[in-house]
Amino acid sequence: MTTIPVTWYDIVVQVLKRHQVKLVAYVPDNVLAPLIRAVEADPFFTVLTPAREEEAVGIVTGAYLGGLRGIVLMQTSGFATLPNVLASLAMPYRIPLLMMISERGTLGDHQLGQVMVCRTMRPILDSMGIEHHGIERLDDVEFIVDRMIQQAFSTQAAAAMILSPLLTKKSTADSAA
Amino acid sequence: MQHASPTARGQAKVMNRFDLTRRLVSKLHNQEAVIGGVGYNNFDLWASGQRPENFYMLGSMGLAAPIALGVAMAQPQRRVFALEGDGSILMQLGALGSIAASGLANLCVVIFDNGVYAITGKQATLTGSTVDIVEVARGCGIVRSGWARDEADFEARVDEVLHGEGPTLIAARIDDQKAVATTDRDPTRIRQRFMDALSGRS
Repeated sequence: MTTIPVTWYDIVVQVLKRHQVKLVAYVPDNVLAPLIRAVEADPFFTVLTPAREEEAVGIVTGAYLGGLRGIVLMQTSGFATLPNVLASLAMPYRIPLLMMISERGTLGDHQLGQVMVCRTMRPILDSMGIEHHGIERLDDVEFIVDRMIQQAFSTQAAAAMILSPLLTKKSTADSAA
Repeated sequence: MQHASPTARGQAKVMNRFDLTRRLVSKLHNQEAVIGGVGYNNFDLWASGQRPENFYMLGSMGLAAPIALGVAMAQPQRRVFALEGDGSILMQLGALGSIAASGLANLCVVIFDNGVYAITGKQATLTGSTVDIVEVARGCGIVRSGWARDEADFEARVDEVLHGEGPTLIAARIDDQKAVATTDRDPTRIRQRFMDALSGRS
């Protein structure tokens, strides 16, 4: 008997579709690359590559105001450029901004810059009261992504889904950066 | 565009933001969306009449054009304008590339360029020295990018947006006058009113 391999990014694609999240704006990262390939190959999604994460947040916010759901994909260092837009747009206007962040700078990263930046991420999210969860296990991906998207739209609040290396480096061989 | 000889920045008439905003808004008869950038740009949009299809930014300098791009993507049948200052667009020049790449026919970015950060004490911006936003936009791929020669030319360019193809950038040189009013700062109300208008619920 052969089992069909299930990857974290296949699950993310399925959950995004279930919630009609059609717009994907990203600034790339090696860890996110298989998810980016998957959405770019799927005509369900409209995929944009803005120059900065802040611009991506603006685009996805505008799309939400117009009735189109989207998500921003980024890495830890990209998230670190966002406090101003989160505090002045997403939070006061109550935008259900979906963010998926690949967590760099921990569990074996060789980039000192990423390591320092990584330590700022959760304190920034906590200081603004933004719901965030790290996803560490393949069998949690469906539950966490599904529930966080559902809650973001039902409570009109931003959500940060953090892809831990325990998920992206340890449990799937083909997502190595 | 059908403009025989393009106007250079130095040849463009110095106009007034509130006057131009009123001229623009007076031409909007099909529930066009307008995103007013932070500061005087959204203040004068507010002062021009609180259309429900207006979105007023209370922060996030530089993001009027990206927000307009998102609205235009979500609603390709609706024309969408971003009103932004020179200081703001200088913060987010990459957005001009995203707008060009989108190829969206329903999107227009209006840049009110006075060469200064007017709201913080009139410190010079880079457009006051070397940067020409129309040329930057062309370099980013927005072919329909030009300076408004005067008020009549500004109106003609708005008419082209309303009847023609895009994406478009209209740059207008303006004076350094303050806005004529101040937007009510209630973001959830601004958002809900805008979303209701765009979803046909208002």
